[in-house]
Amino acid sequence: MIRHLLSGADLDAATATRILDTAAEMATVAGREVKKLPALRGRTVVNLFYEDSTRTRISFEAAAKRLSADVINFSAKGSSVAKGESLKDTALTLQAMGADAVVVRHPASGAANRLAEWVDGSVVNAGDGTHEHPTQALLDAYTMRSRLGRLAGLSVAVVGDVLHSRVARSNVLLLSTLGAKVTLVGPPTLIPVDWATRAATANTAGQAPDISVCYDLDAVLPTSDVVMMLRVQRERMSDSYFPSAREYARRYGLDGQRMRRLPEHAIVMHPGPMNRGMEITPEVADSARSTIVEQVTNGVSVRMAVLYLLLGGNNA
Amino acid sequence: MACPPAAESPPARQPSVKVILASADVQRVVDRIAHQILEKTQGAAETVLLGIPTRGAPLARRLAARISTFEDVAVPVGVLDITLYRDDLRRNATRAIGPTQLPPGGIDGKRVILVDDVLFSGRTVRAALDALNDVGRPASVQLAVLVDRGHRELPIRADYVGKNIPTSLAESVKVTLAETDGADGVKLYGGIAS
Repeated sequence: MIRHLLSGADLDAATATRILDTAAEMATVAGREVKKLPALRGRTVVNLFYEDSTRTRISFEAAAKRLSADVINFSAKGSSVAKGESLKDTALTLQAMGADAVVVRHPASGAANRLAEWVDGSVVNAGDGTHEHPTQALLDAYTMRSRLGRLAGLSVAVVGDVLHSRVARSNVLLLSTLGAKVTLVGPPTLIPVDWATRAATANTAGQAPDISVCYDLDAVLPTSDVVMMLRVQRERMSDSYFPSAREYARRYGLDGQRMRRLPEHAIVMHPGPMNRGMEITPEVADSARSTIVEQVTNGVSVRMAVLYLLLGGNNA
Repeated sequence: MACPPAAESPPARQPSVKVILASADVQRVVDRIAHQILEKTQGAAETVLLGIPTRGAPLARRLAARISTFEDVAVPVGVLDITLYRDDLRRNATRAIGPTQLPPGGIDGKRVILVDDVLFSGRTVRAALDALNDVGRPASVQLAVLVDRGHRELPIRADYVGKNIPTSLAESVKVTLAETDGADGVKLYGGIAS
């Protein structure tokens, strides 16, 4: 079993499937009168959040508490970080307090990997800059599997600001491991160049690419089983990547009309928080195809599974 | 220079295997427990059978089937996974957890009979009692086991025992069932062959 969960690439198909299966069992706890399991009694989980977050932090907190772990919440605001303490010193402090697992969110890409070198406990990456967010990819995979019954062979369109999206990166890595076909859709300025060239090279060489890239949303819709809309991350944009919000919404926003062109069974996902009216219209977000609220519920089960598999045994 | 020849390993001692119950015996024992349950619970009303994985689950289903054959009462059957309640969870590599399936009527106010294959230290039963506590409040809890091999480490006893087997700690008892292992049987391994 793995010790840290830093990247979607840390998981092979067997481990990922094991997490999803465990999450399915964890989900049954939510329906019980006593929503608690004793598996992590006496273990300490620290939520180390250098970036604002609602659902991820609450989700990890709920997951750890349902497994009876002690949870310490740390947010950069109102801590010694405001006085200039470095990530390493904060990590060593947590270490000294005996944290068994550190759940970290940080604006710098790679922060979770650095942290894993400094602490003895397990590190779970809850989003580092524009790099990775593996538990989001796991909960997305779990949601797809529970709605559509399988992952292998699914056509998944990941639409929008792929360049700044750690969710997209982790999803591409995990979903291709699990046998889904991922297509990245967005304006050329928001598709990472290395992925675009990789897809193009494979195309010209006549090989089946592990990911494909398409700049036209309408062309992808009729053959997609899953459409995953990404948030346009204005706060990470230092350049103008598209002319205007209205033009972006017209070309890459998912509205009711576009949604009706999807196959009957297709689902619409969004990792949240949404910019309603920008990448997704309220009609779509609140439709029966939308799994947005389900994703939040599944997030707790998946994070319980991850914490249990990292901390449950003596594999530290 | 050639490596020195490996030291001759002493001839492996044949592990002794003793058949305690053959396939037909297992069937008779299950039948007897089913009769005892009916007798002790006055017709198995308001009773739920909960099997403890792995082999308790098919045993519970067999008991329910025999009870319905004998007296035509349908006893609800469920599965209670106790992995997360084990006291040795932290001593081993992370265990996979299995499903817990409670019958539709739940267990509140019912007489719950826990079903397992082998009763040994009693720790599994303790974990099951803890797990039970989190899924409902039964009126009473009883325990049915196919084999009791002794060596209890906790103050726990079974209400229905298929077969008492005096064992030493060096021996191990292995129950196989058609549903999980292909064939029914109870075998005793190890110890000193007599």
